[in-house]
Amino acid sequence: MIATLLRRDLATLLPGGRRGGTLLPLLFFLAVAMLYPFAVGPEPALLARTGGGVVWVAALLAAILPLERLVAADLEAGVFDQLHLRGVSEELAMASRLIAHWLAFAPLLIIATLPAAGLLGLSAETIRILLLGLLAGTPGLAAIGLAIAALTAALRGGAALAGLMVIPLAVPILIFGAGALARPDDAPLALTGAISLGLCALAPFVAGAAVRAARES
Amino acid sequence: MTAARLAATGLACRRGERLLFAGLSLALAPGDALHVTGANGLGKSSLIRVLAGLLRPFAGTVERSAAAALLDDRHALDPQVELGAALAFWCALDGGSAPLERLGLAGLLDVPVRYLSTGQVKRAAMARVMAQRAPIWLLDEPLNGLDTGGVALVEGLIAEHLAGGGVAVIASHQPLASAARVLALGDFATPSPSPEGLLP
Repeated sequence: MIATLLRRDLATLLPGGRRGGTLLPLLFFLAVAMLYPFAVGPEPALLARTGGGVVWVAALLAAILPLERLVAADLEAGVFDQLHLRGVSEELAMASRLIAHWLAFAPLLIIATLPAAGLLGLSAETIRILLLGLLAGTPGLAAIGLAIAALTAALRGGAALAGLMVIPLAVPILIFGAGALARPDDAPLALTGAISLGLCALAPFVAGAAVRAARES
Repeated sequence: MTAARLAATGLACRRGERLLFAGLSLALAPGDALHVTGANGLGKSSLIRVLAGLLRPFAGTVERSAAAALLDDRHALDPQVELGAALAFWCALDGGSAPLERLGLAGLLDVPVRYLSTGQVKRAAMARVMAQRAPIWLLDEPLNGLDTGGVALVEGLIAEHLAGGGVAVIASHQPLASAARVLALGDFATPSPSPEGLLP
C-alpha cells in the first residue's frame, strides 16, 4: 500500500513526469547563481566569501516553488477522502508525499550546486560543506514546505501565502546550514541535520491534521 | 464478506451557523437501498459525507459494519494521467478490478482524464467504486451527466450490488428504480433561525 502511494506521488511530483512536474525550481536555482556575479561584480574574493550563502538562499527559495501542486490538487479532487475510506490515514499519505517531495527537488538541487559553485568560483572545501549542508537541510525544507502546503491548501491564493509562511520557519535551517560555511568544525552541519530530522518527524502529523481540518470546513 | 449494515441514530448536521437537519435515524440491512431526496441545500451531500465518516455529525452516531465506497462530484482521478493509469492506482490499492467493458470505458484507457466528458468521468468513478468491492455504497448524484444508457447501466449495477447483499444510500434528484425506500430530507429540516436568533 505504501509502495503504491509512493509510486503515485513520485509520478506526480518528479520533474518530467507525465503529471506536470517541472524543472522550474532547478532552473530558478541556477539562474540565481548565474545572476549574482552580474549583480555584485566579478571580484573572485567577494564571490568566494558570499557565494555559499547565495546558494543557500537560492535553494531555500527554489524549495518554495513546487508547493503549489503539493497538496491542493489532491484535496480538491477528493483523493484524500477516498484514501480515508480505504483506511489510509492522512498521516501516512503525507509521509509518502514528504518522501516524494524531497526526492523530486532535493537531489537535483544538490547536483546543480556543482555548476552553481563553478559560476560563483567557490573553493573545494566550501563546496564540500555546501553539499553536506544541503543534504542535511533539504529534508527539513521539504518538511516545512509540506506542512505549510497542507495548511494553506484549502485557501484561495494559498500558494502565495505558503511561500511567505515557509520563509520565517526556514530561518533556523538557513542559519545553521549557511553558518557551517564560516566555521572550521562540522557542528552546524550536525545541528542542521538535527533540525531536519525533527521537522521530518513532525511534518506528516501537522499536514495530516491540516488535511482533516480542511475536509471539515 | 461481513454482512453489510449501515445504521445512524439521531443524526444532526451543522454547516457554519445553519443546522441542516436533525433527528435523522436510519438502518439498512443487507440488500437495502435508500434513496435520499430533497431540494438543493438541504444537506444531501453532507448526509452522504457524514455516513462516509468524512464529516463529523453535529449530533448522533453512525455505525458501519464494513468498508464504504463513495461516489461524489470529486472523482479522485488524476486529470493529467491516462484513464487506465488513474484507475490502476485505485485498483492497486483495493486489489480489485473494474468492469471496463461493461461501463463502456475499454476504448478510453489511453485518453487522459481531462479530455473525458462529464458522463465518461462519471462512468470511470463508478468503475473505481466497483473495483473497491465495498459492501456499502454511498452515491451522491450518481446519475448526473449520464445518458439514458448510462442511467440504465448504473441502475443495473446498483441492483446487482443489492442482490449480492450490499447496501446503498443514493442521493439523487432523479427517480431510481433500484431503491425502494425513499428518505425525504426535507422532513428532517430545521426551520432556519431568525436573524435575531443568531445574535448572542
